[in-house]
Amino acid sequence: MDIETLAVKLNLDVKSAAGNLRKNITGGYTGDLLSDVMANAQEGNIWITRQVHQNIVAVASLKDIAGIILVNSSQPAPDTLEKAVRENIPLLVSPMNAYELSGNIFNLLAIKD
Amino acid sequence: MPARETEQIEFQRSFYVEGGNFDYAGIVSTSIKSILKQMELSAEVVRKSAIVSYESEINIVSYAKKGVIMLSIYADKIQIEAIDEGPGIPDIELAMQKGYSTASPQIREMGFGAGMGLFNIDSYSDKFAITSEVDKGTHLIMIINK
Amino acid sequence: MKLSEVIEILDADVIVGEDNLDMEVKTAFGADLMSDVLAFAKAGSLLLTGLTNVQVIRTVDILDIAAIVLVRGKRPSEETINMARELKIPVLSTKYILFETAGRLYARGMVGCLEKVDNASTRD
Repeated sequence: MDIETLAVKLNLDVKSAAGNLRKNITGGYTGDLLSDVMANAQEGNIWITRQVHQNIVAVASLKDIAGIILVNSSQPAPDTLEKAVRENIPLLVSPMNAYELSGNIFNLLAIKD
Repeated sequence: MPARETEQIEFQRSFYVEGGNFDYAGIVSTSIKSILKQMELSAEVVRKSAIVSYESEINIVSYAKKGVIMLSIYADKIQIEAIDEGPGIPDIELAMQKGYSTASPQIREMGFGAGMGLFNIDSYSDKFAITSEVDKGTHLIMIINK
Repeated sequence: MKLSEVIEILDADVIVGEDNLDMEVKTAFGADLMSDVLAFAKAGSLLLTGLTNVQVIRTVDILDIAAIVLVRGKRPSEETINMARELKIPVLSTKYILFETAGRLYARGMVGCLEKVDNASTRD
């Protein structure tokens, strides 16, 4: 399943890299501590977080994360968005909280496409 | 502002808070919560009072040299005051904004410092007043109606 | 959902609260930031977190959260365990990451603690 499919199914608001949503998602990672995400997220994961500062783009880029979804309708900080656009990292926003969004994505990924 | 002098205080106690000592961060609020639990108050009033006390205690430990938290119980309300000696807040309006924080990496790794503290205090209090002086300290007054 | 079911779904170990596994938890909340827990978590819910310090126990106590699930096989310090025991807060540990922990519980019908869920269940 790719990010575009997730975006359609879960009504996500795409903020950046709209042309880079077809990568296959290898799994999900939910976390707000950057050190944890740096240590444990896997390449191609979709990252679910409430952090909005620009360091998330650097972490996503270093770890080859497929995309970042911000929860609770959190909006990215202006420099975060700018950086995500520049580095072509998909940044999306969901009104759900981390638990519900993780629950939904986990169960969507469990369906084989 | 709360009219402290004119109303009968039913119970009052002050607690000392040491700045920078995370081992004890929260211990005052736990005591305040257990005091309030023994009184005839709704669970919601106890919970809201404990939350605002806890957020202000974490703020003192995170940023100030030392401080005092004072619990006062009146016939119709709970008042919690947090007074610290610390760096103060230069721009209160900015500090009140959701997500604004000057926290150190140490504070963030503990799960605090996400810039929600004053915002949470404001949203859980029925009345909230804050004054601050740079290089002197910060004074919070939080009121929860019974 | 009973805690015993949560344990089964998450293949979790019980660190504190062996004698309290019949406890009912209705909603779940996942966060690594205690400030978010303070802002959004509801009383009586289940907290899923990767943090293991004593502040987690104190935050849970302040908010009347029912129980804690530590994710990615995290083990708390003795100090954290003792505090949880003293305050009678059940602590479980699962090997799953937060994403999968949420996914497994969600798949079995555990709802998130959202304002709208809360309103729907308390008002007609």
